[in-house]
Amino acid sequence: MARNGVFSRRWRAEEFDKLCSSLDSDEVHVLAVDDSLVDRKVIERLLKITSCKVTTVDSGRRALQFLGLDEQESSVGFDALKVDMIITDYCMPGMTGYELLKKIKGSSFREIPVVIMSSENVLARIDSCLEEGAEDFLLKPVKLSDVKRLKDYMFSEDRSRTEAKGMNKRKLPETSSDDPSTPTTLSPSPSIDMSSTPSSESSSSPFSPRTFSSSISADSSSNSTVSSMPSSPTSPGSPTRRLKITGQDL
Amino acid sequence: MLGLGLERLRADMNRLLALLFHQGVLDEQYLQLQQLQDESSPNFVSEVVNIYFQESEKLLRNLRFLLMDREFSDYKKMGVHLNQFIGSSSSIGAKRVRNVCVAFRVASEQNNRLGCLRALELLEHEYCYLKNKLHELFQIEQQRLLAAAVRYPVQH
Repeated sequence: MARNGVFSRRWRAEEFDKLCSSLDSDEVHVLAVDDSLVDRKVIERLLKITSCKVTTVDSGRRALQFLGLDEQESSVGFDALKVDMIITDYCMPGMTGYELLKKIKGSSFREIPVVIMSSENVLARIDSCLEEGAEDFLLKPVKLSDVKRLKDYMFSEDRSRTEAKGMNKRKLPETSSDDPSTPTTLSPSPSIDMSSTPSSESSSSPFSPRTFSSSISADSSSNSTVSSMPSSPTSPGSPTRRLKITGQDL
Repeated sequence: MLGLGLERLRADMNRLLALLFHQGVLDEQYLQLQQLQDESSPNFVSEVVNIYFQESEKLLRNLRFLLMDREFSDYKKMGVHLNQFIGSSSSIGAKRVRNVCVAFRVASEQNNRLGCLRALELLEHEYCYLKNKLHELFQIEQQRLLAAAVRYPVQH
């Protein structure tokens, strides 16, 4: 793994080796990009709980560096660090998620599915991301059901869907996202800190949050619409979620 | 005393949570965070919330600093901070704080200094309330864990 200096500056050799050795070829490895530490923690947990291996970075630039796509045109792919999916926030200082998406789609890593997350439900933004080749668009705050659905339709059948993926992005996924017995795909991870069983969809809290939804008038958020379709196990894949929400700009 | 204490603590926690939901202080994203907490990550919620507190206080300081400049308030920069605040608040389910930020952002887009000042005060107030209540919640949770540990001591 003789690599260029960029990596030795940013990643300690031990961390690197540890990551490589802990990567199981069966595990889905996701690179999550978000400038918010809170969001990084949440998305990391969401992914780990669905048995993914996660690497988080705080900017588009770091994501490109991780992939080996930084400006120095360093090309050699990292087989050891095979990334199976990239999930990125849209609004980031420096390079936006959209710009990152374009860079990836224009590179040797264009096959890697890229998912965009955004707290703003702007139809034009969603469309332009999909046009640039984004696999999906998730509205923040991201929920467990979103991640499960994503993982299920992208990585069930052992990634043989790579051909089918490119088309019909607005098509609803066939598999139900909340089927806890999607056995073969959600194999327990060997890593210590990962939960091997995805937590159940049904809320274990003693009351239904819907009862307590507030009637704050200032809430112009589209999220209020979304959250009224709560953790109920529908598979409104994000296409439906998007289309149901009228394109109100925040 | 401890036996009754356990049940009562649980009831207290639920009551507080119910109240916060009813008041719109928290929304179901908070429940989502709770779902992500388990034996492999037993302090997940408090970890995330503590990061949120640290970041929020920085943002609040920055916002106040920007508004203190009477001659020229950098509304654009305020907008950036507010976007961050909106994002993180929505990620932990801090609904009321988030809504005030949204209103604040509107004022900043209109370069409305007075509106911004009012929004900032309201934001600080809402944030304080949230922080106090969440601390209360975590305290009850801690007491509950302690009470449970004493009641069901782990045999080694």
